[in-house]
Amino acid sequence: MALPRWTIFLLLFLLCFVSKSVEEREEHEEQEEFSEELLLRPLPDRKVLAHFHFQSRVPPTETYGRHHHLFPKAIYQLVHKFRIREMELSFTQGRWSYERWGGYDPISSNNAKPPGVELWAAFDVPEHQVDASWKNLSHALSGLFCSSINFLESSTAYSAPDGGFRSSTGNMRYGTLPREAVCTENLTPWLKLLPCRDKAGLSALMDRPSIYRGYYHSQRLHLTSTEFDSTGLKTGIVLEQTLTVVLKPNAPGNNMGYSSGSILQPSWSLSSLFGKKVGGKCLLANSSSVYLQLEGALFSELNNIQKENERYNNDDLALKGSWSSPGFELSVSPDRMIKELNSLHEDGPSVLYEFLMENYSDSKLFELGFTWKFPVVWSCPRAPLHSSRFLMGSGNERGAIALSLISTKQSEAFQIADINGERCSLQVDVFQVVPWYVKVYYHTLQVFVDEQPQSVPDVIKKMHVSPSEDKVSPGVMEVVLNLPCGVKSAALTIEFDKGFLHIDEYPPDANQGFDIPSAVVSFPEFQASLNFLEDASSNRSPLLSKLKERSPVLSYTEILLVPLTTPDFSMPYNVITITCTVFALYFGSLLNVLRRRVGEEERLSKIKAAKKNGRLPLLLSKLSAKLRGRPWEPPQSSSSSSSSSSSSLISYKLLIKIVLVAGVAAGWQYYFG
Amino acid sequence: MEEKESEWLKKKPWFWSLAFASVIFRLILILFPNNLNLASRPEVSTPLTSLRRLAEGYWLKQASMSPYAGSMFHGSPLLLSILGPLTVKRFEGQPSHILCSLVSVIADFVTAMFIRSTGLNLQKAYNQSLKSLGLFRLLENSEIVSSGDIAALVYLWNPFTIISCVGLSTSPIENLVVMLCLYGACTQQVPLAAFGWVIATHLSLYPAILIVPVILLLGYGPDTPPRKLLLQRNSCKFGDAQSSDSSFQDKELTNQPVQPIFFSWKPVVYFFLWALMWALYVLVLCGISVKDYGGLREMFNRTYGFILTVEDLSPNIGVLWYFFAEVFDFFRNFFLIVFHLNILFMILPLAIRLKHRPCFLAFVYVAISSMLKSYPSVGDSALCMGLLGLFINELADIKFSFFLFCGYVGVSLLSPVMHNLWIWRGTGNANFYFATGMAFACLQIVLVVESVGAMLNHDRKMRRLSTTNS
Repeated sequence: MALPRWTIFLLLFLLCFVSKSVEEREEHEEQEEFSEELLLRPLPDRKVLAHFHFQSRVPPTETYGRHHHLFPKAIYQLVHKFRIREMELSFTQGRWSYERWGGYDPISSNNAKPPGVELWAAFDVPEHQVDASWKNLSHALSGLFCSSINFLESSTAYSAPDGGFRSSTGNMRYGTLPREAVCTENLTPWLKLLPCRDKAGLSALMDRPSIYRGYYHSQRLHLTSTEFDSTGLKTGIVLEQTLTVVLKPNAPGNNMGYSSGSILQPSWSLSSLFGKKVGGKCLLANSSSVYLQLEGALFSELNNIQKENERYNNDDLALKGSWSSPGFELSVSPDRMIKELNSLHEDGPSVLYEFLMENYSDSKLFELGFTWKFPVVWSCPRAPLHSSRFLMGSGNERGAIALSLISTKQSEAFQIADINGERCSLQVDVFQVVPWYVKVYYHTLQVFVDEQPQSVPDVIKKMHVSPSEDKVSPGVMEVVLNLPCGVKSAALTIEFDKGFLHIDEYPPDANQGFDIPSAVVSFPEFQASLNFLEDASSNRSPLLSKLKERSPVLSYTEILLVPLTTPDFSMPYNVITITCTVFALYFGSLLNVLRRRVGEEERLSKIKAAKKNGRLPLLLSKLSAKLRGRPWEPPQSSSSSSSSSSSSLISYKLLIKIVLVAGVAAGWQYYFG
Repeated sequence: MEEKESEWLKKKPWFWSLAFASVIFRLILILFPNNLNLASRPEVSTPLTSLRRLAEGYWLKQASMSPYAGSMFHGSPLLLSILGPLTVKRFEGQPSHILCSLVSVIADFVTAMFIRSTGLNLQKAYNQSLKSLGLFRLLENSEIVSSGDIAALVYLWNPFTIISCVGLSTSPIENLVVMLCLYGACTQQVPLAAFGWVIATHLSLYPAILIVPVILLLGYGPDTPPRKLLLQRNSCKFGDAQSSDSSFQDKELTNQPVQPIFFSWKPVVYFFLWALMWALYVLVLCGISVKDYGGLREMFNRTYGFILTVEDLSPNIGVLWYFFAEVFDFFRNFFLIVFHLNILFMILPLAIRLKHRPCFLAFVYVAISSMLKSYPSVGDSALCMGLLGLFINELADIKFSFFLFCGYVGVSLLSPVMHNLWIWRGTGNANFYFATGMAFACLQIVLVVESVGAMLNHDRKMRRLSTTNS
């Protein structure tokens, strides 16, 4: 018995040593990281934006190996199998309202997505393999996310952007499915990629009914890998999963009328928004925090209110156990307040309140309540031009697509600030994909600036068109517009003919119409970034570094619904038979006219009149006479012998025919059977 | 010649005034095109003939892309380099594409002139053959109206021609080259005929079948009554013993002003040589212009391939668009072959039966292809009706002429209405429009069948008359 005990000790010792050494090695080598964050932001139209941000990172395979304990294996395999350099997949329901929810911040630029599914991917494979990789990837994702992404496989559904979309490189493909319904069956596989799923941590807040009740929700998966880069900084694979929802607090705000006539914004709490509370962080997460963001305009508005209030009453409105600020009250006091550095917006810096989840647990649930004290009216920062797209014309034969860009009030300040040199201009990139059955006439492109028609080369700096090919590829139009700074409105119109499809190419609900995917309008001169004050801890927050990243202001336009003419779906047999009848009529009657010889017919009819017997019996009797070797004698009228002979002959001929047919059939069977 | 022309001018002032009136009428319509919006009518502009698509092809070419990229343009690259620059020229206060419209007007007028001189040529030959047959009674009748003038006026004043001229399509030019080919063949100008045939084939493929009437025209000369009749007649005149001896016959006939009865191979061989030369020339030119965009193979795929595999299913006055929109994919190839063979099947029987009337044969071919082609437009019917006018004397007793006239009027009034109901109002469906296309096809079938029948009857009548005379 002594021996086993001894060995056990030894084993334990070894194990401890090994684990210690492993830990030591991981100390100075890179580790897999996972972080979860939630950003909450009150919106001007009495709604609340909740933005979940999960990020997993795995170090490069070369140094770390192939075994992971946090990073999802499915994604790792996907990246390696299809050699993906960058990929983004988003499922969206609802439309982001750029006027009310903002169009000039990182969240609207990166997380506001067109309805349905959008997928783009850049591959690290030779040019000729990109399409094959894309097709395989679409099938793999379709299986992974329980959706019909595999429809993007068809070459009519995806396109290869050429610099117009996210300054793309050569091996990029872009495809959208505007009509894809998004629901909980897409969210569940997405949650499966998280180490804690929705069992613990911030993802526990994702109560399906409350999320899908929202005005907008977009679940997104963004993947960057440096696995295949031969040079440069190797960061491994970064998987960024975000869920952006716009919710309306269902707690009724007290509709107390204030002196200004405006109504108090509804107060909300995490449990009233999501119906759940957070019980601490996901234990596998490196960092876990909740942020409350107040936009610059809101913050400065609140400061103004505070000044006014200080003038009138100095009462302390703060309740016990809560944290109070000039215009609102929080049920939990924030751990930290971060202010934006050198804001680009004239509204002033925006503010983040950080709550660390480490301080909460199942016994001490985190419940953030937000109560307004005064009615506040503010507006979100908006993109320099508000873009919208619509169809012109009526009828099902032709039409025109118009893209209108209307200056927002805020943009004027930027433009004045942007003046460089004599000619100040505002650059706008438009990327538009049009399905092949919308046959665009690119030579009809017209540009209007301030409602005045302009010559196209004056305004359009660069235009790249790859026209659609019938049943093969969609048309892609990438335009770089150079608008003058003080532009009030600009419009692009382009005419198209509506195509006519084969009966099988119509979807089941053909009369609903066909979708033209959203156009992407971006302003490369304007960078959306929120630069929050850095300190040692904020370096570790991927969400804040994401917000800090400079990315061009980008917005998606509406999806257009084009009704196409339908044929009569119940008619194929009728059409085929009627058309063939007409062709037969043509063929038969023309041949008949050509064959007819009036003179001969008259002669024949005379012969017929002379001899009452028909032509066939006459011929037959002639033939039979020849066969029998007797001289032919004209048959007597209704003679029994001739009729019998002819009948016997018919049977003889019939026999020959049958034998011939049987022979042919046997031969056929022999050779081809 | 000029004296003769002026004599004609004096003799027939009504012809010239009507011809110029039609040109002026076209010019007026061109200056007010916006209210008509003819360019987008499916009856006028098909995917092959639409000038708008040509402008798109030109734009793509200017943007250093293949003009065939984008499945928009399916025409010839030569036409693109000629008409393309005209589509982008704009004048202040003038409607766009005015230069192209002017080109179509000129093309229409020249086509009418070709029809007229072909008609005069035909009439001369006809009179000669009648004289040689000794049918002077018929001759006196036919002297009243000159079929060439009638045909030219029918072509110029046909509403179909006018709308296809004003409606910005390339069919006037296609008609012009077809007519150039027939005129050249009729007047024995071999290079011209070869040029017309090559260009017409290059532009729209279907005129390729006109090679049969062109060869017959070059070999036998313009239309005559059946040769058997002439032979009989001549044998009656010059005695009976040698009627079977062809060499003697030939010698005798050389003294006669009658057209050679026997097939002369020389112009036909010349025609083939010229056609080969022109074809090479056209191919080289096309090859140069599409060199950077996939070469000739791409061009043939996008032009002839597009015609043969009816890819565009947008409605037109034909019946194939709806047929191929509805037919099951499995049978598509079979029906494509059947419908195209339908045109080819009829070539030989018609050529055998009407070999003595090559011009009429050409008319029948044009009519058949205008009916059965993949993307028919009214411009094609306009040419076939203009050619029909050439045979006004022979086809005087055509059956159903009133019915046909009413049918054409009815269909051309109903077709826009049905199209409007289906496409714009949404109250009708595709079958409404398809029905008018069907009716149009039936009318053309009846026209072709009846005109062939009437022509054969006319020959029979002549034979009867000549036999009774002799």
